[in-house]
Amino acid sequence: MSQSRRSFLKAMGTVSLTAVGAKESKATPKNVVSDDRLGVLVDTTVCIGCRQCEYACKVEHGLPAGNIDDYSDRSVFETMRRPDHTALTVVNEYPAENSRQQSVTVKVQCMHCDHPACVSACIVGAFTKQENGAVIWDEGRCIGCRYCMVACPFQIPAFEFDKTIQPRIMKCDFCYETRTSKGLPTACVEACPTEALTFGKRYELIQIAHERIRKNPERYIDHVFGEHEVGGTSWLYLGGQEFLRLGFPDVGTNPAPGATEPIQHAIFKFFVPPVALYALLGGIMWLGKQSSEEEE
Amino acid sequence: MEEYFKPQPIKRPFLSKGVIILLILAANGIIWSILRFGFGLGAVTNLNNQFPWGIWIGLDVAAGVALAAGGFTTSALVHIFYREDFHVLVRPAIMTAMLGYTFVGLGVMFDLGRYYNIWHVPIMGNSNSVLFEVGICVMTYLATLYVEFFPIVNERFIGRVHLKGILKFLNKPIDGFLRFADSFLGKTMFFFIILGVVLSCLHQSSLGTLMLIAGKKVHPLWQTPISPLLFLLSAFSVGFPMVIMESLTASRSLGLKPEMDVLRKLARFIGPILSVYLAFKLGDMVIRGTYVYLNEINLQTIMWVIEILFGVIIPLRMFFWDKVLHSRTLLYIASLLVIFGVALNRFNVFIIAYKPPYILQQYWPSIGEISVTVGFIAIEILLYRALVMIFPVISVPLKGVSAKAKYAIRGVIQ
Ligand code: SF4
Ligand code: SF4
Ligand code: SF4
Repeated sequence: MSQSRRSFLKAMGTVSLTAVGAKESKATPKNVVSDDRLGVLVDTTVCIGCRQCEYACKVEHGLPAGNIDDYSDRSVFETMRRPDHTALTVVNEYPAENSRQQSVTVKVQCMHCDHPACVSACIVGAFTKQENGAVIWDEGRCIGCRYCMVACPFQIPAFEFDKTIQPRIMKCDFCYETRTSKGLPTACVEACPTEALTFGKRYELIQIAHERIRKNPERYIDHVFGEHEVGGTSWLYLGGQEFLRLGFPDVGTNPAPGATEPIQHAIFKFFVPPVALYALLGGIMWLGKQSSEEEE
Repeated sequence: MEEYFKPQPIKRPFLSKGVIILLILAANGIIWSILRFGFGLGAVTNLNNQFPWGIWIGLDVAAGVALAAGGFTTSALVHIFYREDFHVLVRPAIMTAMLGYTFVGLGVMFDLGRYYNIWHVPIMGNSNSVLFEVGICVMTYLATLYVEFFPIVNERFIGRVHLKGILKFLNKPIDGFLRFADSFLGKTMFFFIILGVVLSCLHQSSLGTLMLIAGKKVHPLWQTPISPLLFLLSAFSVGFPMVIMESLTASRSLGLKPEMDVLRKLARFIGPILSVYLAFKLGDMVIRGTYVYLNEINLQTIMWVIEILFGVIIPLRMFFWDKVLHSRTLLYIASLLVIFGVALNRFNVFIIAYKPPYILQQYWPSIGEISVTVGFIAIEILLYRALVMIFPVISVPLKGVSAKAKYAIRGVIQ
């Protein structure tokens, strides 16, 4: 070995200091939600399955919407549909378990989680949670890795697999650019003819929801879906039967990022484990070197 | 008589029957690659909105990273724990890791919808994202591996740069650069060696954190909070079997005598490491009570049993058996089983265990995806063959020469 023990140690020290000095990436999204954040309350006992919201959403986002008269065709309900790159929201039909409803129709779109898995997961911070509650995607950052799709507990983000260049991640954006950033209700809410959708501040919507349950205990089950699910979501649902039988996933109340962020923070915020490991390995190497030099 | 080993470029004809088959597979992969970049992911893969990740992530990337673990485990053993007796294994291991990670990088590029934005990762990275950590560590480690390989390039070309014609004037500067790099790396290589091991431990384990955020979408047999630890332990377990498998394969196809003594000594480490992995895997199962799922018979449970039985338990027993350690064939089989088990584990975690709540269309890898994956493997093997013929990577016995007097090796081998 050409190198002396001292320069070895000195270099080791420099290395460790550089590693400690490295700053946490600045693009890491902060959770900025305000207490006045907005939301939508969906009352599935009022929804009639007219799919006007689907049409309005497509028009709002410049997606091919077809003829509005075709939307009264109820045969689409025969198979379950999911929001995808051609439709950011869809309505599905489920058999009713009570006598008041013939069937239950449920609108599906991004839930705009308070602790969104997609935001935590995205490798380049293309997803962000806005102060007003909207979770939106930034075309300029995305690298198309689709980790957001893996992460979302509601299986919402869709990807334009058929595009060769600039494929987009497509999901409900809470009409952020055109409407909700200015305090206006979303296109789907405005289109709804039965007021199944109520737009407002999230905390007020939760009060309204519980009020309705209290007044009509036989109409609703005592559960506001989205109040606590995955740590709370901006979109809230009322239903006349178990949500699992209305096509909702079994997600629990823990925010999805809770599983990974503590591990990440332990590594990135302080760099302790990597630096400690580096020092440990360096120490072992140094001891080994010393004893092999003594032998010579 | 004592034998000394010296790494040398292997002299052999490049073409052979196997090589021609590999060339065909590689060409097929390249054709599909052109289609992928010409017509998009949807045209070539069976990926859809329910199954955003397929075998390019599950095999090319996740299994690829795991199987390249031979590099950091061997370099830690030899350089950090000072086991000079395993020296001959370092160069091939580093080179395979370098090739492996290069193809992991390529696999990622193929899979990214907006691959041309890859440079966003270092500058816009979201440090909450597990994928960001994996990405950065893999990128840095790939660079580190190239640095670790560089002394071999130096050894081959210092004093032997003979460009012809108009490029002649470059001979001197290139030689000067190589000499400078050589003396620089000679002094700093220890830094890169430790860095490589640290980066490997980081991303091998983070790869196991990756699917945690998917929560209930991943089958409970694999979805465990200690997944990062299991990934790290399995990476440790698969490192030496990979080295043994490569060494035995290479010596066979290049007509060399395998260094059975060294390999046997290396194989003695594998049993204990595998036992630790198995203990954690089963302990986790008992604590979380997930054995109840084994009462059902479905794709997931069958794959789990195959993974554990053939990929861990059987090879574990084999490595504790002297007969295996003394038989080239049995050692080869045992190593292959471990490799199979760890690769299958990655495949299971990323593909088989992934069960989204809404499935409109099942995922099954397309001809195009399989062709690209197979093509990658074929090209990797071809490059291995080419590189060991160009560079002094594989050690061959020298007779009657004193190693120390004859040979002062630089950098990695120091
Ligand atoms: S529902 Fe999915 S896409 Fe929407 S905010 Fe939550 S995690 Fe993100
Ligand atoms: S696909 Fe785009 S938005 Fe989704 S995680 Fe990857 S970079 Fe982020
Ligand atoms: S909020 Fe806007 S983007 Fe979302 S479903 Fe309604 S109309 Fe579509």
